[in-house]
Amino acid sequence: MNPNLPNSFRTGPDERGHFGIFGGRFVAETLMPLILDLEKAYADAKADPAFQSEMNGYLKNYVGRPSPLYFAERLTEHLGGAKIYFKREELNHTGSHKVNNVLGQIMVARRMGKKRIIAETGAGQHGVATATLCARFGLDCVVYMGAVDVERQQPNVIRMEMLGARVVPVQSGSRTLKDAMNDALRDWVTNVHDTFYCIGTVAGPHPYPMMVRDFQSVIGDETRQQMQEIEGRLPDSLIACIGGGSNAMGLFHPFLDDPAIEIFGVEAAGHGLTQLHAASIAGGRPGVLHGNRTYLLMDDDGQIQDAHSISAGLDYPGIGPEHSWLHETGRVTYLSATDDEALEAFQLLSRLEGIIPALEPAHAIAKVLELAPKRSKDHLMVVNLSGRGDKDVPQVGDILKGRKK
Amino acid sequence: MTTRIDARFAELAKQGRSAFVTFLMAGDPDPATSIDIIKALPKAGADIIEIGMPFTDPMADGPSIQAAGLRALKAGMTLKKTLELVRGFRKEDNATPLVLMGYYNPIYIYGVDKFLTDAKSAGVDGLIIVDLPPEEDTELCIPAMKVGLNFIRLATPTTDDKRLPAVLANTSGFVYYVSIAGITGGAAADSNVVGEAVARIKRHTKLPVCVGFGIRTPDAARAIAQKANGAVVGTALVDALHASLDGEGRATPKTVGAVADLASALAQGVKGAKQAAE
Repeated sequence: MNPNLPNSFRTGPDERGHFGIFGGRFVAETLMPLILDLEKAYADAKADPAFQSEMNGYLKNYVGRPSPLYFAERLTEHLGGAKIYFKREELNHTGSHKVNNVLGQIMVARRMGKKRIIAETGAGQHGVATATLCARFGLDCVVYMGAVDVERQQPNVIRMEMLGARVVPVQSGSRTLKDAMNDALRDWVTNVHDTFYCIGTVAGPHPYPMMVRDFQSVIGDETRQQMQEIEGRLPDSLIACIGGGSNAMGLFHPFLDDPAIEIFGVEAAGHGLTQLHAASIAGGRPGVLHGNRTYLLMDDDGQIQDAHSISAGLDYPGIGPEHSWLHETGRVTYLSATDDEALEAFQLLSRLEGIIPALEPAHAIAKVLELAPKRSKDHLMVVNLSGRGDKDVPQVGDILKGRKK
Repeated sequence: MTTRIDARFAELAKQGRSAFVTFLMAGDPDPATSIDIIKALPKAGADIIEIGMPFTDPMADGPSIQAAGLRALKAGMTLKKTLELVRGFRKEDNATPLVLMGYYNPIYIYGVDKFLTDAKSAGVDGLIIVDLPPEEDTELCIPAMKVGLNFIRLATPTTDDKRLPAVLANTSGFVYYVSIAGITGGAAADSNVVGEAVARIKRHTKLPVCVGFGIRTPDAARAIAQKANGAVVGTALVDALHASLDGEGRATPKTVGAVADLASALAQGVKGAKQAAE
């Protein structure tokens, strides 16, 4: 074992927001006082039992938690190896894990007296969750979404608008998630006095990576308890897809200090790692963007490169800083799946289990197809089924139709 | 250590006037035209020159400066070439202060120590790095001070009296007051409000205070120069450059003159101002 390994993987970040060399607060001075206010407001909320109990009420009765831990019997039989369980985050209200985090942040925003909420979104799942909770609590909502993503995720654009949010198509840069985040930051810097920026993943300046992780950790906490109830022990492996990495961090974090458990994150390899892709750890190196130091896709001059993934939710040239640290310490193994592998998994899961997954977790399923057959039949493998595929049905339908021609 | 920036402000104080500070993007619209533009600025009346280091994701900039950075990158600009541009300028002008402005990632990838050595030897005087607040001073600010480069900090309307001392602690050269909460090229601030903000900052520091964001015309430059030690103009100059390009975004024979003419008019505005009350 590496002698520099920490005693615990669950104590980060330090008071300056660092996970090893990663994380930090790399933002313009205009935003700095807001980030410090948020840090304090979140610390107060975390220490307030009333906050936790109010949140638990909404998680139960509005989101529909706990989400089931489901034994995927036919997929298990098909692969002939590990016993595969799905953590059914796609059954949450709004159709993905994103709502866990948004609920927490909106409740913090309310404590801070903020009336206007902004968010960035890739696939639109975070945007839909934000629009939903803004509707529920009567807050103004503006969602920045890359123009390319507006095209390929139309169902979610319509949902956000129906919920009363304003969706701003972002035309700058590669017109995907990275650019949506730039424009959300530009909005925030301009409307500092009344606006709360609800970041959708475990990235951005401290305290966001920590706060989003904490709100998503309900996934792993429930999984621990449910697996104990079903199998009488903890799982042997965990696997989840990674764009920024919030669904993965939510599942992984409560298990980081159980060294026997293998943990796998799956990045989007797009057309393949030697071509256009979105795998920051496999194909990037540490740099500074969007408020934190982390693995990024960039050229030799430090210019950020466009990512590519079939999945709008993974189409981001960076990854949350805590993942970069878990990679460097070796606690989590990061793999990648191509567009084609994800499409195969998307179809297989639809037919074997009657569950149409989002393209994002289809990347995790793609690696389950490789890993599960190599494990013994008493190996318990949990995959985070982080979102449902309704939003992807038109896009995947078009791609499959195009291939038949 | 006295830098070109300190010397320039001492000189301006003797003349009883404020500084005209220009911003243009290195390599916009192409490296060759860009150096001609930068070289024309002192003659047009620029007292201090800020040079943007192009970056793909300039989170604090509006559409004009974003587009300028992308034009420069498309024309092959890199941080190394930006330093070559500075070196080229210094062959002809050893007095006008040059400040590099941009974002941290290209410097981090270039290597902090190597960048500081190369920047200092090329003739850079100061750095403004938008995404390095005092909380991250160990990254670049402290090392820059050690090699004798000024680290110029942005203070903003959200920087209250409680926070100002932290912001000013490791600032040198001058303080750049961002007159509005927002991105470059946005709304203009009321000069009276700016005056109060400058006075507030001056209660905490003896450094000169320059004001930027939203200044587009000679009149606006004059109004700000009456309240502060300098007025910074960026977006208006970048827009003048952009308007002079051909349909393909390439430089034309008018490009250098278009920027220099606007710079001259703005400089006249600044020079028409009475020096800010100390």
